Order: sequence, then C-alpha cells, then structure tokens
Amino acid sequence: MANVIKLRKGLNINLKGKAAAQVSAVPASKVYGLVPDAFWGMKPKVVVKEGDVVKAGDALFVNKLHPEMKFVSPVAGKVTLVERGDRRKVLSVQVEAAASQEYVDFGVKNATSLSGDEVKAALLESGLFSFFVQRPYAVVANPSDAPKGIYVSAFSDMPLAADFEGVVLAGEVENFQTGITALSRIAKVYLGVQPGSKLTSVKDAEVTVFDGKCPAGNVGVQINNTHPINKGEVVWTIGAEEVIFIGRLFNEGKVNLTRTIAVAGSEIKTPSYKKVLVGAKIADIVAGNVNTDKKVRLIDGNPLTGVKTSEEGFLLAHSTEVTAIPEGDDADELFGWIAPRFNEFSVSRSYFSWLQSSKKEYVLDARVKGGHRHMIFSGEYDSVFPMDIYPEQLVKAIIAGDIDRMEALGIYEVAPEDFAVAEFVDSSKVELQRIVREGLDMLRKENE
Amino acid sequence: MGLKKILDNMKPAFSEGGKLSAFGSLFDAAETFFYVPNETAKVRGAHIHDAIDSKRSIFFVIIALIPAILFGMYNIGYQHNLAVGVPTDDIFGQFLYGLGVMLPKIVVSYAVGLGIECAVAQWKKEEVHEGFFVTGMLIPLIVPVNCPLWILAIATAFAVIFAKEVFGGTGMNIFNPALVTRAFLFFAYPAMMSGDKVWVNENYMDCINGTIDGYSCATPLGQLGAGEPVTYDAMDTIIGTIPGSIGETSFIAIMIGAVILIWAGIASWKIIVSTFVGGALLAYLLPYEGAQNFEWWEQLTVGGFAFGAVFMATDPVTAARTECGKYIYGFLIGAMAIIIRVLNPGFPEGMMLAILLMNVFAPLIDYCFIQSNINKRAKRAVK
Repeated sequence: MANVIKLRKGLNINLKGKAAAQVSAVPASKVYGLVPDAFWGMKPKVVVKEGDVVKAGDALFVNKLHPEMKFVSPVAGKVTLVERGDRRKVLSVQVEAAASQEYVDFGVKNATSLSGDEVKAALLESGLFSFFVQRPYAVVANPSDAPKGIYVSAFSDMPLAADFEGVVLAGEVENFQTGITALSRIAKVYLGVQPGSKLTSVKDAEVTVFDGKCPAGNVGVQINNTHPINKGEVVWTIGAEEVIFIGRLFNEGKVNLTRTIAVAGSEIKTPSYKKVLVGAKIADIVAGNVNTDKKVRLIDGNPLTGVKTSEEGFLLAHSTEVTAIPEGDDADELFGWIAPRFNEFSVSRSYFSWLQSSKKEYVLDARVKGGHRHMIFSGEYDSVFPMDIYPEQLVKAIIAGDIDRMEALGIYEVAPEDFAVAEFVDSSKVELQRIVREGLDMLRKENE
Repeated sequence: MGLKKILDNMKPAFSEGGKLSAFGSLFDAAETFFYVPNETAKVRGAHIHDAIDSKRSIFFVIIALIPAILFGMYNIGYQHNLAVGVPTDDIFGQFLYGLGVMLPKIVVSYAVGLGIECAVAQWKKEEVHEGFFVTGMLIPLIVPVNCPLWILAIATAFAVIFAKEVFGGTGMNIFNPALVTRAFLFFAYPAMMSGDKVWVNENYMDCINGTIDGYSCATPLGQLGAGEPVTYDAMDTIIGTIPGSIGETSFIAIMIGAVILIWAGIASWKIIVSTFVGGALLAYLLPYEGAQNFEWWEQLTVGGFAFGAVFMATDPVTAARTECGKYIYGFLIGAMAIIIRVLNPGFPEGMMLAILLMNVFAPLIDYCFIQSNINKRAKRAVK
C-alpha cells in the first residue's frame, strides 16, 4: 500500500469553466512554433535555417551550454521563420507543417534491458531530455548531473488544471508505465498521486499519496514532504504527460508530442479537452470557443502559474491547459474596500465567500485587486505553503539579495510555482513568483 | 459613469508634469479610495488574485474599533456629568458632549499624520499607504481626555516621522506608531499624561487651551499604584464607566472588536489569546500587595490591557511574524504588562511599555524559530 501523506495547508480555488471530460482533436495548425522561453535556464542555438525541411523529431535548436541537448520539431515540414526579439533573442522557431507527417525513427527499444546511460542517451538524441526540470534552480536539467531521484506528480490541483488520471491518461497507460520504467533506469522514480488513485500499482516507482489542497499536486511540495533536497543534491522532475512522451519513444520509436490539454475557463464557451501537438497555434486551439462580449485574457497554462498569451502565440512545451478568464481592466469597481462584493472569492472573512457553498464556482478576472504594498500581514503565505520552509522570510532574503540566507532558508527546494497560491492570497500583492524566479536565477549565476 | 469621468479628466493635471503634480499622491489616494485599481496581472505569475487588499483589511480594523470609539465618547460625557454633579441619565446628551471633545482629537491626528504621509509619499513618488487610518484612529483613543490638541499634534508628527517614515513607511516600522505617540507624550509631557487630573473633562476648552484644570478622579490603576482601595467594582470596569484613556475603558466594547478582528482573520487570535493568558497567569501569581476591593482577574479589565492586547499587540508589522512566535510574543506582553504595573511604582500602567518592549524583541523571537528551521536543514545536509 502506498504511503499516504496528509497536507493541512493550502487552498482550492474553484473557478468556473472546468473542462468536461470529452476529448476532441484540433485540426492541424498550418504553422507550429517551438518557444525557447518555455525551457527556462537554457540558451538556444538555432541549428536550422529558414527554408530547411525537417521531420518530426529533428532538432530546431540546441542548448548552447550543453549542445547535446536538443529541442526538436513537433511536426514535419519546412522551417519558415526564426523569430527574434530584442538583442536577437530567439522568440520562436516556426515550422510550416507538411501535408503528410514523417517522423525521425529512433527505433523501438525495450527500456528494461537498457542501462541508465543508454536511456539518457536515447532521451538526449530524441530531444525528450529537454523536458526534465532540475532542482535546485527550477531550470532545464543538466545532462552531466546524476540526480538523486526523478519526481513525477500525477495530478495537478491548480484551478482549471487538466485531470491527468481521469482524462489525459486514457489509452496511454502502457506508454506511461514504459516511461516510468525507462526513467527508473536513470535514477529512482518517485510518483505522487492523489487519494483514490489507481496509479498506486505503477511498477518501478515509489508511489506516495498526497492528500491535501492546492498546491499538494506540485512536485516541489511532494519532494519537500518526502525527501527534501539538501544543498549539493540535484533532483529532476518531469510532467506526467511528458512521461507518456518518453513511453511513446520507447514503444513506438518516434517522438510524438501530442498532448491532451484542457481548454477551460469562464470565457471558454464549451470547456473540454483537446488533443493537440506542442507548438500548435493558440488560435487553432480556442477557435470559435472564446466569448467575444468582453476583453478576455488567454493564458497558456492555468491561471495561477501560466503565461499570458494571445491567439498568435504557440502552445508552450510544458503546458497542460489553455485557459481564458476576463481581463477586467475596464471593471471600474466602486468602493471595493468596503462593498460586500458577493461574487468575489477570498480567504478573508471580510468577504462572504465563506458563507457560500464550497461548490460555488467563481469568475475571477485578471485584476490584481489592490495596491502593491510592503508585506504587512503575516502568516498569509504560510497558511497556503505546505512545505517546511518559511516562505515570507525566504522571499525577503531574495528581495535583499542575500544569497547565504536564501540558501539557509531552503531556496534549493522551491520553484516559482510553489508560491503561486501564496501570491494569490497575498493582500500586499507582492509578485512572489517573479521574485522567486529572480532569486533562483541569481543563485544559479552565483554558483555556476 | 460620472465620477470616473471626472477623475479621468483630472488625472493629467496630477500626473508628472501636470500643473498639480505636487498633489499627485493625494489624487492617487482619492482615486483608489473610490475605485478598485484596474491594474491587471503581468505576463507571468498569478493571473488571478484574492479580492482582499490592505485597504479592506485596514478598514476592518476601524470597523472593529467602532464600539470602543462610541463607548469612549459616551464615557467622556458620563464622566463629565459625574464630575460636575449633573444627573447622568441623559445618554444621548453625554454622547454628544463626548463627540464634541473627541472629534477635534480625531481631526488633528488625521490631519497631521496623513499630511506627513502624503508629503512623504509624494517625495518618494509612491502611493499613499492606508496604514495611518488605523494609527490615526488609535491615537485619540489612547490619550487622556484632557490631552491638549497642540501636544497631540506634536506627538503624532513625532511618531509618524520617527517611528514610521524613517524606517520606510507602512510595513517596515519596528514600533507601533500609535504607541510611540503615547510614549512620546508620556515622557515629554508627563504632567499632561498622568496624575489624577487628566482623565475627566470638565470643560470643552480644556484641551484647546491646554490648561489642565481637570477634576481629580483617579483611575483604578492609579488607586492601586498608590495603595488606595479601588472605588470601582468589577462590573464598572467591564462595562467601562470608569476614568481612563478614551477607548480603553470598556472591556465589552473591546471584546466586540476582538470578535470582529478574529472572525475576519485580520488580527491573530494567537497573539490576543496568549496575551490574556500571560496577563492572567502573572496577575494570579503576582497580586497587588494589600489591594482592597480588587480581584486578580480585574487586572485584565482595567487600564489599557484589553485594548492593547486586541488592537496594539496584534499590529502585524511590529508583532512576531512566525506562527509559533506569536504565542510567545503575546504571552510575554501580557506577563510584562502585569509585572510593570505591580512592581514598578513609577508606572501605574504597564501595557504601553510592555508592547513597545516586545516590539523590540519580536524579531528575536522570530529569529529563534527561523534559526531552528535553518539548523534543521543544515543538519539534514550533513547526514
């Protein structure tokens, strides 16, 4: 029986527009784009030219710091544009999809008979290695590290997040198991699941059940509550659906980056799941499905940790959902500091959401809903931060740029996403995820 | 909408380079007072936010203060009538009298404090923070009724500048600014702050002229300190019909405020409860020598104990910020307040000094808990 860990702290945010458990395919996009920014901590070196013809699985760019790390095209077709921004920063590499899809053949392999190095080599060759995120620093993993463990969370309890076990996993159980087995050759695999999960029977992984509110599904929270990371240790994490990609590589011999994402949110007309390739155009994913009667914010990811996008954007590599909420910048709400505001959600009982049923679904817009202040009220972050870390003090150490103190307070163990719920509840409206990101980057620069 | 249009039309004049840009922070304050800012989340980070903001939290503290304010006003009139020998059954008349005495104090405190805050915000090109709305209301509540307005103005200015702005404003101060105001008065103008004559207002003009010509009327703590029998019974101290600082006398009104604060999750119940526990324990163990007509638990209902525990000790900025630290912080405030009261003949009231003292120690308390977390992590790494 899997070990069960109960987490007391956290907050579930019940938003309107959860995806119904129906999966449909999205018509193929004309152009796909791979966005380097989705792989944080990597310097892209583009290895294709405009006009080159690529297969699905051919590298579009590599990591300058580790050239063996490839970032491969999700589709076969012709490279049409290497989009660059300020200081020639690569924004995206775009591929016009060919009519018939050809895949690079990496060969079907039996993961159980491979050594860890062979699995790693296969993942590097196929570009799937780039989906690993390492801690410390929450950046793309370094292939020359030997991780202490590989952590996978098989659920997300972020608002509007895709249901991995209930929907995404359907029909992919075998690939998931193969992926886990392959990973277990590199290092011990730890799988975090929600209560009542059937994944407790997964082989080649130590399965732990996490029973708690959001962010219990965050892999960082799960690591901290089982095997906290110490200074000098490295662990890798990877998304559950990305484990399926790995399984497909070994079972089918090709890179198939098809995801089942949730298209959800109060401004989506019929929220449901879509089968779509990484890099697909957001316009194609949400076509005709977004309310047009008000200004809408499209988010690549969930509303707590995602990135604001537009119809022109491309689905980022790690995204498991695309969500739409009202922008709200024309709300002009009068006397918000004292009005009852029955439709607002708050952990504070100065609003009335505590009177409402816990099933009530809220429509929340993208407003910050208050002025930016120094941290005034204490204990806010702590109540939604289920890790053995003092979040407020850690954030203050980052603001102060005090690297020794950041380390002492456990910055190794966190990623920006772990502060997402704290950022939501913060009455001083501090941009916690940005600050943590800057702290991690600062530390990495210092140590490397 | 009309108002929005008016504000939008005025905005250019108050923006940088506009004719009235010197009052830009004041305009910002007014604009956010009327409207929730329409600012939306950035490209990365949380796109949705809790509806709570510091403005709402702070105004809930004022709401929680209302019972104490109203009772304080009534009590000013009641004590006045007692002193001048008029029947005390005209509740509304007494309230109006108190309102007349109290209102100038509130106006002075807000005008001085907000004036300085606005000037500093303008100078630093920041938004005006709303923290002073609570401080400015607390100040009139914790001074004696006869405190002259000019002294109140000086003390408020001192506190806002030296206890708050020099540290960086709301959220950065070490000491509770309202208590610094009181401490300043206490040490700079002792004659206006203690003795038996400052507690009852005989004449409206007392506080404007600054002549202390009050009616002699000792507070229960004054009587205890002087070793005299207490002339008030327990019920008086719970209801609050006793002389004392304006807001501190009614235990019931303060407890209503405490319930509001705890219910709304704005004040830490841990601090309030542990302050009372600390105070009760010490009051029991350390009774006044030879006190007559005074039970040990009345320590918690007389003087500024309850008011301090509920509205002062819980100031999140100056209190301990770790959850475990809050228990210790509160307990030590309660205990220290009673120790100062009973053992120190110079200060009949110990709450103010106890809280200011623990403001200093709050970071140390936090340090211990944070350091134990750090040590635990370091130890884990060595293993």
